[in-house]
Amino acid sequence: MMLSVENLQVSYGRIKALHGINFKIDEGEIVCIIGANGAGKSTTLRAISRLVPASPDSTMTFQGKNLLDYSADKVVSQLGISHVPEGRRLFGNLTVMENLRLATFARKDKEQIERDIERVFSIFTRLEERKSQKAGTLSGGEQQMLAVGRAFMSGRKVMLLDEPSMGLAPLLMMTVFKALQEINQEGTAILLVEQNAKLALKFAQRGYVLENGNLVLEGHSKDLLEDPEVKKAYLGG
Amino acid sequence: MGEFFQNLVNALQYGSFLALIALGYSMVYSILMLFNFAHGDIFMVGAYIGFGIATLLVTLASFGALALPGWLILVLTIIISMFLTSFVGMLVERIGYRPLREAPRASAAITGLMIGIILETGNLALLGAKRVSFPALIESATYDIGGVFVTNKKIMIVFVSIILTLALHQFVTKTKWGMAMRAMAFDYLVVPLMGVSINTIARLTFAIGSALAAAAGILYGVAYPVLEPYMGIIVGWKAFVAAILGGRGSILGAALAGFLLGFIEIFVAMIFPSTFRDLIAYSIVLLILVFRPHGFFGEPYSAKLRL
Repeated sequence: MMLSVENLQVSYGRIKALHGINFKIDEGEIVCIIGANGAGKSTTLRAISRLVPASPDSTMTFQGKNLLDYSADKVVSQLGISHVPEGRRLFGNLTVMENLRLATFARKDKEQIERDIERVFSIFTRLEERKSQKAGTLSGGEQQMLAVGRAFMSGRKVMLLDEPSMGLAPLLMMTVFKALQEINQEGTAILLVEQNAKLALKFAQRGYVLENGNLVLEGHSKDLLEDPEVKKAYLGG
Repeated sequence: MGEFFQNLVNALQYGSFLALIALGYSMVYSILMLFNFAHGDIFMVGAYIGFGIATLLVTLASFGALALPGWLILVLTIIISMFLTSFVGMLVERIGYRPLREAPRASAAITGLMIGIILETGNLALLGAKRVSFPALIESATYDIGGVFVTNKKIMIVFVSIILTLALHQFVTKTKWGMAMRAMAFDYLVVPLMGVSINTIARLTFAIGSALAAAAGILYGVAYPVLEPYMGIIVGWKAFVAAILGGRGSILGAALAGFLLGFIEIFVAMIFPSTFRDLIAYSIVLLILVFRPHGFFGEPYSAKLRL
């Protein structure tokens, strides 16, 4: 087991967003969390990334290390957990290349960094054409590619993806998910949260269903795709 | 015509101080979305640290212990004071701002005011109300260029401030630290996802801004050798105006606005009685802001402050 989360609770002020959820990810796995808007999907990823504080009785263990001991930047630089945030959140005032380089801020392996940048450009050839362009001038699809590329540069043990399909035309969505598959085959585990349940369950091996801050269902993706409750609530009948 | 150029020279010198102080204001404001109202007082602290170091080196030289020439003492004073004052800035960040990063902006703003008062009155308590004189480190030389009098000090002051401004611009645009600063100005909440510590960048921002304020303080001491604990208030406010006028996220903008303010003030004083100077000068600035609310080179985006 690579990442195990037990009794994860997160509150925003007096509002409880997560009521103690449990899940795990194995090495090299693709796992998805599906759920409606406001179910707590983004909060789950932010808690792993330590962008939002988890309540002290939560347990999050990554490769034997207590995640609660790490600050947000160390989760990335020391543990290799990267995070593609909701809405991409690129640095629009920086160039494509600068966005990629910034993600290597804490890395010391200079030669590998150059090889990784080459790799990103070989996965997303469009980014290479636009490497000296400001990220803010990219199209939606290119921005999502850069967001994934940037996460690839920052850490590669687990990639957390928050709604990567959002706002993308089907063809671009395919490009992004094909790239994610490639990245996964090279050894990066993926935790994907999506409103697009069908897409997520087809992509992932296992899935969890999050409702109002509770995980209500889990299983293999193909079982969840067949599950009548899931069908009714998330797959449009 | 001669009067015009004479005033131009004076404006360049005065603008140099405003520009150097404005840089620190602008950096903290752009990168941390924070008005560091203590910055003018950091300028004062830098001037006093410079006074201390210069006095020490002059004393050592007079005993023959460390016989350095005056210009070298000045260079050393600038470098050492910039270094030491950067720690004052880091301390201010650590105790005054970091605990308040999630607090309402107004709380963080009044922290600056309070730290400013603490620095002023702390100085008063430590050194007393007596003004101190910055030691004369370099021989004054005046050159007559077609009726315009230029001193070696003025040339040095303008030169040093331009060099420091360009150096900062290079740092911010070319290094990875500068890249992280620009990223923070755009969207600081997700900067940790790049493996960058926000605290480190905030500390660095305060350190650099304070070091530049110290340089300004010493140059100020060279030009007007009388230091007093409240010397940073008015000039600090004006530099703050320059920082905003330059535009958020623009190093060169802040420096240019600093020089521009210097020009406006000096030239207003050339035409009108000096009691009218700030009244008219800052009415002009207000008018500029009405027509250019983002300042001269402000980036057209606003920082994201929510996840």
